Amino acid sequence: MPGLTPDEWTAVALSLRVASVGMLASLLPGLAVAWLLARRDFPGRALLDGLVHLPLILPPVVTGYLLLLAFGRKGILGGWLSEIGIVFAFRWTGAALACAVMGFPLMVRAMRLSIEAVDRGLEQAAASLGAPPLAVFLTVTLPLSLPGILAGAVLAFAKAMGEFGATITFVSNIPGETQTLPSAIYTLTQVPGGEGGALRLTLISVGLSMGALLASEWLARRVGRRLAA
Amino acid sequence: MSVAADGVAVSLARRLGAFSLDVAFTTGPGLTALFGRSGSGKTSVIGLMAGLGRPDRGRIAIGDEVLLDTARGIDVPVHRRRIATVFQEARLLPHLTVRGNLGYGRFFARRRPGPAVSTGTVVEMLGIGHLLERRPAGLSGGERQRVAIGRALLAKPRLLLMDEPLAALDEARKAEILPYIERLRDEAGVPIVYVSHAVAEVARLAGTVVVLEEGRVAAAGPAGLILRRADLLPAHAGEAGALLDMVVAAQDPAGGLTHLSGAAGPLVVPHLARPPGARVRVRVPARDVLVATQAPAGLSARNVLPGRIAALDARGPAVMVEIDCNGVTLAARLTGASVLALGLAPGLPVFAVIKSVAFDPTEVGSRAVEI
Repeated sequence: MPGLTPDEWTAVALSLRVASVGMLASLLPGLAVAWLLARRDFPGRALLDGLVHLPLILPPVVTGYLLLLAFGRKGILGGWLSEIGIVFAFRWTGAALACAVMGFPLMVRAMRLSIEAVDRGLEQAAASLGAPPLAVFLTVTLPLSLPGILAGAVLAFAKAMGEFGATITFVSNIPGETQTLPSAIYTLTQVPGGEGGALRLTLISVGLSMGALLASEWLARRVGRRLAA
Repeated sequence: MSVAADGVAVSLARRLGAFSLDVAFTTGPGLTALFGRSGSGKTSVIGLMAGLGRPDRGRIAIGDEVLLDTARGIDVPVHRRRIATVFQEARLLPHLTVRGNLGYGRFFARRRPGPAVSTGTVVEMLGIGHLLERRPAGLSGGERQRVAIGRALLAKPRLLLMDEPLAALDEARKAEILPYIERLRDEAGVPIVYVSHAVAEVARLAGTVVVLEEGRVAAAGPAGLILRRADLLPAHAGEAGALLDMVVAAQDPAGGLTHLSGAAGPLVVPHLARPPGARVRVRVPARDVLVATQAPAGLSARNVLPGRIAALDARGPAVMVEIDCNGVTLAARLTGASVLALGLAPGLPVFAVIKSVAFDPTEVGSRAVEI
C-alpha cells in the first residue's frame, strides 16, 4: 500500500502473523472445549465454562498480567517451557498466545452454539450404523456445524487483530517483535506528528476487520447452501 | 430364558419420573411387532435396545451374545451392538447424497463378520436406484424411509429395529413402503423388531406381537392369536380380528374381485393386484363377521364359511365368539343379546358370514413364507 512507512508495514505484517497463529493454535483446543461443553456432562463442567469465559470479563490488563506470571521468564510455566526451547515473554509468540487466550471465549461460544444446533438424532443414527464416537464427530457433527466453526475462527482472528491490553501487558510494545497494529496506533498517537500514520493504520485495521467479517459471512453461506442442496 | 439361535432376549427396567418401564420378551426370526398406544413405552424399549440410553436394570442378548447385562456390568456401546435402527424421521445425513448415506453404514460394517451385503441388491430391493445422486432434502418422506432402511441393512446388522417408520407418512406413502418392508422381512434374513400403534400394519407384517401397555408387557404371542383377542388389545378392541393365510386362486376382472383359497374355505375379496398362486394374509375384523346357525340363503354377502364355535368370551356388552373353521380360528364380535337369541354355545356348528367389502385391499399383506 502506498504511503506506509516500513515500520507501519512491519506492524501490519506482524499483526496478521500473530492473529493467524493465535487463531490456528486455538482451533483444536477450542473445538474440543466447545464439544465438551455442548455434548458432555461431567463434574467441573461449570468451572470449565467459567474459566473459558474469564478473559471476556476480566480487564485485559489482568489477563495479560496473569499470562506474565504464568509464562514470563520466571513464571510458573515459563521457566519450565524455556528449558525445552519455548519462550513467550517479549516475543511475537507471546503476542500470539495473548491473542489466542483473548479470542478463545468468542471462538468457543460460536462453535458450541453450532454444535448444539446439530440434531443429536443424526449422531445417534450414525452411531447405530457402527460409527465410533470420534468418527461420528468427524463425519456428522463437524461438517454440520462447520458454518459456526468457521464463524468462531474468524471472530477469534478479528479479535486477535484488535487485541491490545493483554498483549501490551504481557509482551510489551517492541517494534518488529511484539508491536502489533493496535500497539503501533497507540504509539503513533503518543508522538508528535504521528496522526497521519495512526490514521493510515486505523483505516487498514477497519479494512481487515470488515474483510474478515465478510469472509466469514460468505463462508457460512456457502457451507449452508451445500448442506441445504 | 432359552431363545432360538438368533433370537433376541430382552428384559429392561427403567424409571423416568412418573413413568416406569419394566418389560421382558423374546423375539424369533422374522418380524416382531412392539404394539401399543403412544406413551406405552415402545420407543423407550427401542432406544434401550439400540444402546442410546441405559436402563436401571436389564439384560439384552442376541443368541448367546450378551449386549447388556447390568448385573454383570456389561454394556456394549451403541456402535458395536450391530443393531441398526430405522427411525421415524429417517435421520438421513443431510450433507451426504443417498449414495453417501448408503455407503456410510457399509463403511463401518466392512470389518464385521458375515457375508457382505451388496449395495446393488439392497438398492434393487428397495427401488432406490434412481435416487442415488440426490440429497435427502430433495426426497419425499417415503423415499427417505426406503433409503434409511437400505442404509441400515448395509450396516450388516444382527437385528433391525424399526421405530414407527411409517408414522410420519400419509396413507399413499405407507402403501408405497409396506411391500418393501414385506420383502425385507422375507428376503433380508435379519430379524426385525417393529414398533407400531396401527393394527393394520401389525396385522400385515408381524409374525409375533408383543403388546405394551403403560410400560409393561400386556401380552405376547403369535400375531394371529394376539390380534383376534379383543381382551389383549384394550385400546383397539374394536379392531380385533382373525388373520387368515390364503393363496390367490383366481382373478375375476369383470366383477372386480379376487378369489382366495385357504384352510378355512374360499373367500371372495375386492380386487388384489397379485398373481394367482401368491400367498397373502388377510385380516378379518371381528366386527365384520356375522354368525348364522343355518346355511344362509338369499344373502348378499359372498363369503360363508362353515365352522364350529370354539369359545365365547363376554366383555361388557360385546361377546367375542371364536369359530373354528377347519382348524383356522375366526373371531366374531356380537352383542350378548344375539348370542342368547341364537343359543350360541361351544361346539355348536355355525356359519361365519363376511361381506367382501370388509376386506381392505391396502391392508392385505404378502408373504413369501409362513410367518
